[in-house]
Amino acid sequence: MNTQNNLKYTKSHEWVRLEDDGTVTIGITQHAQELLGDMVFVETPNVGRKLKRGEECAVVESVKAAADVYAPIAGEVTAVNPELESAPEKINQDAYSAWLFKLKPENTGDLNNLLDYAAYQKLLEAEGD
Amino acid sequence: MTSPFFLRYRSVKATSLNQTHRDMNAKMVDFGGWDMPLHYGSQLDEHHRVRSGAGMFDVSHMLALDIKGETTRDFLRQLVANNVDKLTQSGKALYSCMLNPEGGVIDDLIIYFLTESHFRLVVNAGTADKDLAWMLARRDEIAPGLEIIPRRDLAMIAVQGPEARARVWQVIAGSQAETENLKLFQATFFDKYFIARTGYTGEDGFEIMLPAVDAVEFWNALHAAGVTPAGLGARDTLRLEAGMNLYGQDMDDTTNPLESGLGWTVELKSDRNFIGKQALLEKPVKQQLIGLILLDRGVLRSHQRVITRPDQNEGEITSGGFSPTLDQSIALARLPLSVSAGDEVQVVVRDKMLRAKVVKYPFVRNGKILV
Repeated sequence: MNTQNNLKYTKSHEWVRLEDDGTVTIGITQHAQELLGDMVFVETPNVGRKLKRGEECAVVESVKAAADVYAPIAGEVTAVNPELESAPEKINQDAYSAWLFKLKPENTGDLNNLLDYAAYQKLLEAEGD
Repeated sequence: MTSPFFLRYRSVKATSLNQTHRDMNAKMVDFGGWDMPLHYGSQLDEHHRVRSGAGMFDVSHMLALDIKGETTRDFLRQLVANNVDKLTQSGKALYSCMLNPEGGVIDDLIIYFLTESHFRLVVNAGTADKDLAWMLARRDEIAPGLEIIPRRDLAMIAVQGPEARARVWQVIAGSQAETENLKLFQATFFDKYFIARTGYTGEDGFEIMLPAVDAVEFWNALHAAGVTPAGLGARDTLRLEAGMNLYGQDMDDTTNPLESGLGWTVELKSDRNFIGKQALLEKPVKQQLIGLILLDRGVLRSHQRVITRPDQNEGEITSGGFSPTLDQSIALARLPLSVSAGDEVQVVVRDKMLRAKVVKYPFVRNGKILV
């Protein structure tokens, strides 16, 4: 599976990337997009919204189902991906470039509580049972 | 809301095409206890292929039942809400629901008339055990001599789309002459096949029953003839666009068929006394099943509340989703009788109120958008 070593992951299948400017970028994983199938609608949080860790903050909807996206860490929304409004299928095409939103973390150290690549792979294997 | 990521099922039942679906890289899911293909790569592609060409669905999880005996017709007069006396010609089919004494829908089904002592029924997969138990119990009360024979030895494949019939004729040598004059809702036996001009997509096509042991070969031959395998995902978006009810969503054993878009399948005029009739005559009809098209961005889903007047939750979406043909979200909703096509209502989608237009369904029929 095309997951990436430099990302962090959540148990709820978000990916998280720390950028050079100190913000983090968030999307859903390849595994998540495969489960959901053809994507038809994405709702992202408003820029400026302050999120708590674990808060529901976005929705991705496929033909099949709606799925909530949770804030992986606490922080303030600094940007949302404008492309997804008209082209949600970009998530199906490349889940790791079709990011949903960016956060300015309250505490960058919170990233250490997320799963690394190996731990996320283990989670997927366990869920595959 | 629960994230679907964590849903885990254990499937137990498999059709004779199960390994074939896996070999075709189907994404398999549990469907009423059956391990079935959701899609073979893209639900949307499969949907469009059925609208523009031909697609095939393994529907062997549905149950065919043969009812045999001299009093079959009389038994069915009492068992189902539609009137089997409409079936006068061998091979003709009738859509109906089977009600409980309270007027709730036990299941919706198709009844094929073959001979006076042989009718064939097709019922939904998830309700098959319940249906069979109900029928056997009623049989014992009403018509003890009848045989009710579940036909798990049969596979069922639906071939649907504007090119569907031509592709079937290509695969079943000699079948064209025998089946091209079949009207909608008619069926005939040909060789080892039972070929019915019925379906669940709003397109022309056939539903074909054949011995389960021959299903893989037939499926592969259809595939070689250019018929696209399509999964339950496409089946659901196609049937929603076609305005066809789904058991468990648009109706169930707690809902009145007259409030579920099934009034046309309930025959109340004759003096026939079918199970549930008295309850239907006594209950006032307060709601209707009608279509919605979402005007704002988003996706309508089942169980979302519909507001027809300010501050009043007066209706509910029974089936909602994205329409690939319309490229926007549509739904079937149970709303008050006062609402009519052209009205605007609001739907509660998570924390937002979205605008939707009320329309008459079907939304799509024979490839054409009707709304």
